[in-house]
Amino acid sequence: MIPAINIQQIHKRFGELHALKGIDLTIEQGEFFALLGPNGAGKSTLINLLAGLSRPTSGRLQVMGFDVNAQYAEARRALGVVPQELVFDPFFNVREMLRFQAGYFGHGRSNDAWVDEIIESLGLADKAHTNMRRLSGGMKRRALIGQALAHKPPVIVLDEPTAGVDVELRQTMWEFIRRLNQEGHTIILTTHYLEEAETLCSRIAMMKQGQIVALDSTQNLLNRVPGKRLRLKLAGMLPDVLRPLLREEQDGQQVLALADIAQLESILATLRAANVAVEDMQLIEADLEDVFVELVS
Amino acid sequence: MAGLLSQNWRGAWTLFRKELLRFWRVSFQTVAAPVMTAVLYLLVFSHVLEGRVQVYPGVGYTSFLIPGLIMMSLLQNAFANSSSSLIQSKVMGNLIFVLLTPISYLGFYLAFLAAAIIRGLVVGLGIYLVAIIFVDLPLEHPWWILAFALLGSGLLGTFGIIAGIWAEKFDQMAAFQNFVIMPLSFLSGVFYSIHSLPPFWQQVSHLNPFFYMIDGFRYGFFGTGDISPFISLGVVAGCFFALSLITLQMLKSGYRLRG
Repeated sequence: MIPAINIQQIHKRFGELHALKGIDLTIEQGEFFALLGPNGAGKSTLINLLAGLSRPTSGRLQVMGFDVNAQYAEARRALGVVPQELVFDPFFNVREMLRFQAGYFGHGRSNDAWVDEIIESLGLADKAHTNMRRLSGGMKRRALIGQALAHKPPVIVLDEPTAGVDVELRQTMWEFIRRLNQEGHTIILTTHYLEEAETLCSRIAMMKQGQIVALDSTQNLLNRVPGKRLRLKLAGMLPDVLRPLLREEQDGQQVLALADIAQLESILATLRAANVAVEDMQLIEADLEDVFVELVS
Repeated sequence: MAGLLSQNWRGAWTLFRKELLRFWRVSFQTVAAPVMTAVLYLLVFSHVLEGRVQVYPGVGYTSFLIPGLIMMSLLQNAFANSSSSLIQSKVMGNLIFVLLTPISYLGFYLAFLAAAIIRGLVVGLGIYLVAIIFVDLPLEHPWWILAFALLGSGLLGTFGIIAGIWAEKFDQMAAFQNFVIMPLSFLSGVFYSIHSLPPFWQQVSHLNPFFYMIDGFRYGFFGTGDISPFISLGVVAGCFFALSLITLQMLKSGYRLRG
């Protein structure tokens, strides 16, 4: 099967700045994929190249087998992009914008039913005739998602889609996106909310300074950080013998790194021997943030 | 293949419709206001100069002035339509909605061009309809009128696209309008015949493409002008062709649109 996205040796330079340094990446059809990295890692640059908003210095990009530059019309038809910024056209209402967007891709009135379905699914029905500039930030974000979907693209790129969106809206949005993924759409997501990537995505690429530093399934990435964390609130001082395990200390609580669960018993025994009472205790699994911190920071 | 081709043109057609609707939504500002301004010019200048100046034999000053005013407004509004739409979309960031689409650079150009031409023609027609209420205006050669109206608005619409692509701030666009479009249109013979100028300034006027557009357009009304309408048509068509090539090259290369 043709990959949804195929990126080969992509370099992008802005003058002296080498923003992307030979990126190779393949994303299969139907994947829910996350592209993570700190600000300036090159995520948005890579998305701009995929969308044809920018041109690579060298290398090759394909969307559903179509070259982004040589076969730009087919490649763009296969891609829907939700931009990071809350941009909108102040002259039109939500329904008009969605219909125009579908029209730009060559769809006529026969597509109007799909536009109405998007409006309904994104909870925009009562705002369909509201001018874009009168919408709240969250509603504008939904309209942006709607615009990216208006031409029924098989591949959808969401660049920080939940930035500034409240929890309720976020849930509705993810429900809709998850449904699209279940229907076969490939979803590529960049986000600063790592728990979203961990929950939703099956595979993750982590970028740092224009390079991919980790590319694996979410579970394999989580397995990269061995052991667990033990959060303790103690009545006394942490015994010196446990100090080498200390990873974090905040608000009177200490977080210790455990190589494995068996270590828990010896820690508690040490605390008992030192006559330090445990006021509260919590065992924490490693999460994507730990992986992210280890690989990217 | 044919289906794909028609899909591509449907995209450009949608962009054209969106551009039309964009200016029509604010027609008080984009159509009524320039018509009102032109009528005010007409009232003031005709009141002051009618009976004192006769530029062409048998043609009153007010009659002489009307085609020039129509053409000046038509040109300015064709320029304003494409340039303001592009600069607004760039500054607000919503140009991305068009850049993400499969619309070709030629389709993009034709959509903006056609919308600019229509706005120019609508404003021009508006001024004409108001003017003929007060003044009996001949129509000696309607085809010349139409040819210069179309080519002139096309030329300025194209120039507006260039300005819109080049400018990155409203400030730069204002400079384009105030230091290029306004002087060229005011010094083109809208309010006078260049034969009334000293020889040196007559020569300078021949370097101004607006002069040819206005003189050729006026020829269509009165059957007389400062120079042959064929020369004017050649200059205007040549400028339109050259600017179109430059614009298409800018769009094809993604200059200031695609990084």
